[in-house]
Amino acid sequence: MSDNHNSAGGVPTTGHVWDDDLADFVNQPPKWWMLGLTASALWVVIYFIMYPAIPLATNGTFFKGIGLPGTGQWTAIKELAEDQKVLDDVRRPFEDKLKTMTPAAILADEELSKYVERSGKVLFSDNCGGCHGQNGVGTEQVGAKFAVREQGLMAPRLNDDDWLYGGKIDDIHATITGGRQGMMTAHKDTLSAQQIDDVSKYVLALSEGRGDSEAAGKKVFMESDCTACHGADAKGIQAMGSANLTDRVWRFDGSIEGIKQTITYGVNSGDANARAAIMPNFTASGKLSAVDMKKLAVYVYKFGGGQKDEAAAPVAAVEAAPAPEAAPAPEAK
Amino acid sequence: MSEPVKEVGSVTGIYSEHEEWSVNLGDKTIHAKRMPGRFRTLKYITESFWLIFFFGAYLRWNGKQALLLDVNNRQFHIFNLTILPQDIWMVSLLLLLLAMTLFAVTSVASRVFCGFFCFQTAWVDLFTWIEEKIEGNPNKRHKLDAAPWNADKILRKVSKHLIWLAIAVFTGISFTIWFEDAFVYWHDLMNFKLSMLEMTTLTAFTLGTYFLAGFMREQACLWLCPYARIQAVMADSQTILPAYDVARGEPRGKLRSGGKVVEQQGDCIDCFQCVQVCPTGVDIRDGQQLGCITCGLCLDACDSVMDKIGKPRGLIRYASLDELEGRPVKKLYQHPRTWVYVVIILLSLGGIIYGLTHLGSMKLSVEPERQPLFVRMSDGSIQNKYTFKVLNKTDKDLYVKVSAEGGVKGQLIVDADKTQLVHHGKAAGFTVFVKAPAENVMGEVTKMQFRVENVENPTMAAEYNSVFRGPKR
Ligand code: SF4
Ligand code: SF4
Repeated sequence: MSDNHNSAGGVPTTGHVWDDDLADFVNQPPKWWMLGLTASALWVVIYFIMYPAIPLATNGTFFKGIGLPGTGQWTAIKELAEDQKVLDDVRRPFEDKLKTMTPAAILADEELSKYVERSGKVLFSDNCGGCHGQNGVGTEQVGAKFAVREQGLMAPRLNDDDWLYGGKIDDIHATITGGRQGMMTAHKDTLSAQQIDDVSKYVLALSEGRGDSEAAGKKVFMESDCTACHGADAKGIQAMGSANLTDRVWRFDGSIEGIKQTITYGVNSGDANARAAIMPNFTASGKLSAVDMKKLAVYVYKFGGGQKDEAAAPVAAVEAAPAPEAAPAPEAK
Repeated sequence: MSEPVKEVGSVTGIYSEHEEWSVNLGDKTIHAKRMPGRFRTLKYITESFWLIFFFGAYLRWNGKQALLLDVNNRQFHIFNLTILPQDIWMVSLLLLLLAMTLFAVTSVASRVFCGFFCFQTAWVDLFTWIEEKIEGNPNKRHKLDAAPWNADKILRKVSKHLIWLAIAVFTGISFTIWFEDAFVYWHDLMNFKLSMLEMTTLTAFTLGTYFLAGFMREQACLWLCPYARIQAVMADSQTILPAYDVARGEPRGKLRSGGKVVEQQGDCIDCFQCVQVCPTGVDIRDGQQLGCITCGLCLDACDSVMDKIGKPRGLIRYASLDELEGRPVKKLYQHPRTWVYVVIILLSLGGIIYGLTHLGSMKLSVEPERQPLFVRMSDGSIQNKYTFKVLNKTDKDLYVKVSAEGGVKGQLIVDADKTQLVHHGKAAGFTVFVKAPAENVMGEVTKMQFRVENVENPTMAAEYNSVFRGPKR
């Protein structure tokens, strides 16, 4: 390798000597390095003002005057607003369309319904999830309210295809905009304990498709006021919101004790042990905008239980249905 | 040597070119001499490889840019191929391949990349070529640097820097157009409509080129380049590299007047030609060293000197340490280090070939709903919900249809005949419901496989393994 012995070259030393001949030169750092250091120090001051580290009275107007981007103007809340604006700009075309469209039309529009499916999650969690549970799985009711059993769904599951008030998109929308109040009288005074027992067994058997095996209960069901609301076929009457007792889905609790409790104390009957079933009126409460409620209707419909409205398929649905041979050439970006 | 050296004939005339030489600390500009020769020619050829960098992006293929690294839209286009983020593992294999090729070549023949291919070398070579055209040979350049500023100096310096800057700008443009449509970029550039990012890239690359090739030059190799720092660990005593044959050359000594060779001296006539031509200012006679980018230019220089004094060529030549020190020279295949690199190269190459041949045209992933895992419907059946993501890797929009294999007996895909549009180069997400009679659901988890296929061409399909969930039995 090269012999590259640096000689002192007349550079003075600090005067400290170690190990006989090891001395310390007093060499200046390179000029570029010193310049860099000075510039960095200066930059600290500039940055301190520009940031602004102290909210000076001028609030950075001097730098604003120079026109440096963002100088002296930055605040966390402004940055948030800017980020929010970016999102809003993406959403606006969708949101604008939603304003004038009916829930059915939104549902029929492939693109819009996907948009709603994605963006409805927060809306649902904030406003509906409390009772209906995340993703509409329902929330088990627990507490000391019930004398008989502390069990049952607080609000219906939304991802099955059983709907008290109808599962078509417009029904769901009506439920959200207008609210619902369940109603079932308490039978503890009109039916004997034995009768309640019998009819409970019958109802349970009904859901399992063997209603005729419970003749005693069937007699109670047919002869007392049950059919008035649930119908002679026990399939419920949608206009009243009475439950279909022949299917496998239970609004509150499908165990024999649960059924007995519902029959004994009723729903919203005024009895202290009655089950509560109140869907608030979101129009009246003003908590949700009209667009929000449309979005939620579509969102809930898409949980998997929404029922098709064959008769009134909107024209838009036909147009939106993809035609394989007419694949549109999408834009490059 | 006490005797003053007289300038005699053409051979000793070269002594005057050498002024004062010292270790290159970067405090003065190196003006290397340009000499014709084998390696000089080779270098011009290898450097012209960079023409691809300048002009490759203009290549069109089916009306689109043939080579486009569309980072904005997260896809690479290579002729007909589209590489999406999902296939990016191939890029890491490619990087591995390139790194290992670099290592293998280094272990065999040292810094071939540095001397012949490196952009720093190539651009510096171009810049100094321009410098030579404008300011003259190294001697004149040294004089011009020292001369007071006058009209001539200003004219030469200004025109040199302008040309340098023009090349730098063109370099910046050429870099950027690999990442977006070249013609659109030129159009935007001409209309001053470049975005902030485009402006920044252009400025950074222009300034970077201008300073690195114009001013930093060999200093970038000496103090900046990471490869220069690590290349030594890849070379060993079997690696061939430009080396000065000490045994033959020493004791060096200058020619006597009359151009006579002094008998008891070695072959090196201490003419400093090898140092004059060295672009990094290295004296190769001191042995292989960090500064040497193994460009071979000193071989050309010394060979020409040897020709003049009638000695055989190769006083400086490509030789391994073993050869120079008289040890037996092993064959190339006896170099285990190279083999390790070659094996890694082959593995990564295999991976890339596998990847490219198995790119597929569609990719499917299915995510079963986690909350709730399943839903009991009013008729007692069990319904599962799945989120489908279908990626269309082709350059056409496709309609796909969902089907399933396995799973529960009597299961039904809700709206199975519905087609879904998947735009080219994009992923489409949609929801699929599967319903099955409760009595057939045998356990909490039943395995099933989903398939999506192009409705027009059912061979274009993708599968994904998933499960159907039900209640505990
Ligand atoms: S010593 Fe020779 S091979 Fe090495 S960089 Fe200089 S001219 Fe090139
Ligand atoms: S090695 Fe060759 S080129 Fe270098 S000084 Fe000696 S003779 Fe001249």
